Amino acid sequence: MKRSPLALFAGLYLIFLYAPIILLPLFAFNDGTIIAFPLRGFTLGWFADLANTPALHEATLNSLIIACSVAVLATCLGLFAARAVTRYKFPLKGGILGFIMLPLVLPEVIVAISLLVVLMLLLPDLPIETGFQIGEYVIVLSVTPDLVLEVSNFHRTVFSFALPLPIILGHTLLCLPFSIAILQGSFQGLDQSLEEAALDLGETRAGAFRLVILPLVTPGIIASLLICFIISLDEFIIAFFLSGNEPTLPVYLWGQLRFPARLPVVMALGTILVTLSIVLLIVADIFRRRGLRRTGQSETGGFL
Amino acid sequence: MISPPLIYALLLLAVPLLTIILFSFWTQNFLTIDRTFTVANYAEALTDPLYRELMLRSLRIAGLVTAATVLLAFPIAYFISFHVTPEKKALWIFLITIPFWTSYLIRIFLWRVILAYDGPVNGTLLELGIIEEPLSWILYNANSVVITLAHAFAPFAILPIFVSLEKIDRSLLEAARDLGEATAMTFIRVTLPLAMPGVLAAVLIVFIPTVGDYVTPRLVGGSGGTMIANMIYVQIFDLSNRPMGATLAVLAMLTVTITLAWFILHIRFWVHLSDRVGGGVLGLALAAVAAVIDIAIVRWVFLHGPDWFGPAGSLGVLAAIMGGGAILIAWFVPKGRWGI
Repeated sequence: MKRSPLALFAGLYLIFLYAPIILLPLFAFNDGTIIAFPLRGFTLGWFADLANTPALHEATLNSLIIACSVAVLATCLGLFAARAVTRYKFPLKGGILGFIMLPLVLPEVIVAISLLVVLMLLLPDLPIETGFQIGEYVIVLSVTPDLVLEVSNFHRTVFSFALPLPIILGHTLLCLPFSIAILQGSFQGLDQSLEEAALDLGETRAGAFRLVILPLVTPGIIASLLICFIISLDEFIIAFFLSGNEPTLPVYLWGQLRFPARLPVVMALGTILVTLSIVLLIVADIFRRRGLRRTGQSETGGFL
Repeated sequence: MISPPLIYALLLLAVPLLTIILFSFWTQNFLTIDRTFTVANYAEALTDPLYRELMLRSLRIAGLVTAATVLLAFPIAYFISFHVTPEKKALWIFLITIPFWTSYLIRIFLWRVILAYDGPVNGTLLELGIIEEPLSWILYNANSVVITLAHAFAPFAILPIFVSLEKIDRSLLEAARDLGEATAMTFIRVTLPLAMPGVLAAVLIVFIPTVGDYVTPRLVGGSGGTMIANMIYVQIFDLSNRPMGATLAVLAMLTVTITLAWFILHIRFWVHLSDRVGGGVLGLALAAVAAVIDIAIVRWVFLHGPDWFGPAGSLGVLAAIMGGGAILIAWFVPKGRWGI
C-alpha cells in the first residue's frame, strides 16, 4: 500500500468510524461519575454494579429469549427464500424478493408503528386461548399478545413461560433481508449436479437436501443465526414501540440514559454488548468465509 | 419455496402498512377510535406550519446526511477498490462494517459525549489552540444530528459504491490513459460515470431511513434537531392520537417517495443539460445552476405557497409543477448514461 493522501484519508475515516467504540471502554473503566475527560483512574466498580441490578437481568433474559427466537425464525424463512431464489425461476421473482427486502430501507419507525397499529386493532380480541388436559395437568397456550405457555395442575401453576411475540415477529421481519443475503451467498455457488446425483442414486428430495445441500450451507446458516441474533439484540425502535411492561436490553438502556448517575453503568453495559457483538461478528464472518470456500467461491467481503 | 417468507412479509409488512393507511383516515376520541372515514387528519397535517416545518427539516437533515455520507464514502470506496491489494480488500470491508453491528443506542449516545461542551473534540481543538473557547454549535442542533447519522450510515454508503467500482473493467481506464487522457480527466469522464449506479444506490439507502430516524434527533438533536419521527412518537404515545401519528407516517413515506422520484428524474435532466454543452466545467456549472433553480422553485412553493394560493391551492400548484416536470422529463429527456 503506498502512502498517499487517499490512504491518510482512509486512516482518518477509520478513526471517525471507531471513535465511539474506542471511547466506550475508557469511560466504562473510569473511576468518575461524570462521562467526560480527564479520566480519573481505573475501576471495575461499574461492572460490579451491573451484577446487582435485577431489572437489568430481567431485561437481558428477555432480550436473549427474543434474539434466539428471532435468529431461528428468520434463518428458517431465509433458507426458504434463498433456496427459491437461487434454484428456481418463477414469475415476479424480482418483485417478490424486493418486497421481502423492503425492511432494509424502510424507516424503522414506520415498520414499528404499523405493527403497533395492527396490534392495537387485534387487542380487543385477545387473549386467544387454547388448552387441553393430560392427566391432572392442564396445559394452556394463549396469545395475550405474548405467547404464553402455562402448565398447571388443579392446585397451582407448575410451569409458565412467556414469549414476547410482537417483538419477535417485528425483529424477524427486520432480520429476514440479512439472513437471505447471507444464505444466498451460500446457495449461489452450489453445484446443482451434486443434488441431481443424489436424486439419481435413489435419494428422496428431502434426503438429498438433508444429506447433500444442508452440510454445504451449514456455515451460512450459522453465520445467518449469529447475525440475526446480533441485530435483534441491538434493535431498539421496534422493541421500544411494542414492548409492554417487559423491556428488552436496549429499551432498558434507553430508560437509564435519562439518569446522569447511571451513565457509567450504562457505559460498562455498553462495553459488554459491543464486545459481544464484535466477537459474534468475527465468528459469523469466519463461518461465512468457510461456507463460501466449501462451495468453491472466492471471497467478496462484507455482509451487506 | 418462496411462499413461507412471502406470506410472512405479506402478513407482517403489507397488512400493517395498509392498516396504517386505513388508520390515517380515522380519528381518535380520547380512548376510542372513531371509524368514520375522514380526511381531517390530512387537512390538519398539511396545513399546520409545525408539521410542515418538521417535514421540511427532516428532508433537509436527511439530504445533508446523504450528501456528507456519500461524499466521505466515495474516496474510501475508491481507495479500497483501487489502492488496496486484492487479498486485503475483504479485511478492509470487514473493518468498515464492524462499527455498524455494535449497539446503535450506545454509538449515538457516545457522539453526545464526543461532541459535548467539555468533550474530546472541543478538548483537542482547545489544546491545539485552534479555537479560543469550546464550540457550542456542534451539539444539540441539526449539525450534531448530521454528524451522528453520517457516522451511523457510513457502511450503507461505502458498500454499494465499492461494489460498483469493483465492477469497472480496468482496461477501460488504461484505454483512456493510452488515448492521452490525464489521470484526473480519466476519473471524471470514465470512473465517475461508471460508479454512478452505486452512488445512486447509496443515496437511496441512506436517505430513506434517515428521514425517519428517531433516536439520533432525540439524543443529540436538542429542540432544533427534532424530526418527523419524534413528532410521530409524540402523537402516538404522549398525545394518544394514533390516527394522527399514522397520518404523519403515511405522509412521511409519501414525501420521501415523491422527493426521491423528483430527484432522480431531475438528475437525468441535469446530466442531459451538462452533456448538451459538451460536459466539462461549463456543463457542470450549467447543471448546478439548473439544480439550484429547480430546488429553489419547489422550496418556495412549499414554504410560501399557502400565502399565495391557499393551503389546498398550494398543494395543487406543487403537484402540478412536480408532476408536470416529471412527465416532461420522462417524455423528452432520453435515459442518460448513468442508467436512470
